Amino acid sequence: MTISPIDRAAAGTPHGVARRIRGLSDRTIAWIFVAPTIFLLLAVNIFPLIWTIRLSFTDYRVNRPNNEVSWVGLRNYERILSDPAIWDTMQATAHFLIWTIILQVLIGFTLAYLINMKFKGNDLWTTIIVFPMMLSPAVVGNFWTFLYQPQIGLFNYVVAFFTGADAASFSMIGDVHLAPWAIIIVDTWMWTPFVMLICLAGLRSIPDSIYEAAECDRASKWRQFWTITVPMALPFLMLAVLFRGIENFKMFDLVVQLTGGGPGNTTTLTSIDLKREAFERWRTGYSSAYAVILFVTVFGLASIYVKALNKVKQR
Amino acid sequence: MSGFINGLVRLRRGPWEMLATVLIGLGVVMLMQPFVLVLYTYSFVVTLVGTVMFIIVSHFPE
Repeated sequence: MTISPIDRAAAGTPHGVARRIRGLSDRTIAWIFVAPTIFLLLAVNIFPLIWTIRLSFTDYRVNRPNNEVSWVGLRNYERILSDPAIWDTMQATAHFLIWTIILQVLIGFTLAYLINMKFKGNDLWTTIIVFPMMLSPAVVGNFWTFLYQPQIGLFNYVVAFFTGADAASFSMIGDVHLAPWAIIIVDTWMWTPFVMLICLAGLRSIPDSIYEAAECDRASKWRQFWTITVPMALPFLMLAVLFRGIENFKMFDLVVQLTGGGPGNTTTLTSIDLKREAFERWRTGYSSAYAVILFVTVFGLASIYVKALNKVKQR
Repeated sequence: MSGFINGLVRLRRGPWEMLATVLIGLGVVMLMQPFVLVLYTYSFVVTLVGTVMFIIVSHFPE
């Protein structure tokens, strides 16, 4: 007769422990199983958040741990919310966020629509298009820095070829007007495939029978696109916008590698500025208040967005 | 409009969520607009009120 693993475990349990477990209710046992996860979640997610909120009301500096920490009330928030330099970084972030989302959604959806047409070799094209997404942001930042070089960069030569301008006459990274667009181009190049994949999943989930019914009703391709394709792919599209919006609000590595926040502060996004406050100027209390402001903004936006997404899915 | 105000008075989820959503949206626009510094200064309060309101009212009855 074979002994099952459960019987073996039961046989191995000491009598005292077994008697105690037998006396527990199902609810208690469920709590015992869930407790480690809840504890880990509290320790990793909730505790740092509460600690950051607490620090945001102090003048704590992490590089001076022996200094007395004093309670400064709302002073950190007042200083951040009246600082024109931080206001500029908010605008730079908004510019980056809005344009990357618009471009990535437009290009990503178009690519997904084309790939979904099932032509010969579309799997190969999908792999090629998805390639930038697999690279590390540090690698992408590094090689786009070379592509943007005015003297030797390929990007300038391509622009010069199409516009007739002198390739060495402009610098994408060095010009205050072009640098914000330089980071938008690279982020779009890197993350459009992600939007494309999500849109492709949405397009492939639409049953062919709906299009066949529309054909029977003599609906034009244009009408089919706006009344079938777009509404049915909309939840997926919104999900892509949510992911990219949150991700780009926190954008750091790619931009640091490309421009370092310059020239001047034109590409200094909020996360870069926050890192400088926290780990270069070592103003921990101040940067905690900064982080809380960003957190509340992203949390509020994500909440209403998820609500809208659920409404679209229920239609 | 009267339905909206009625919903607010009777603590219904729909209108209160709408109000919270408008506050959050307004706060984010105030935070990132490039025109008036005073709007930027009060943006966080507006967003915070909207967000806290959203969390609370999402437990209201439909």
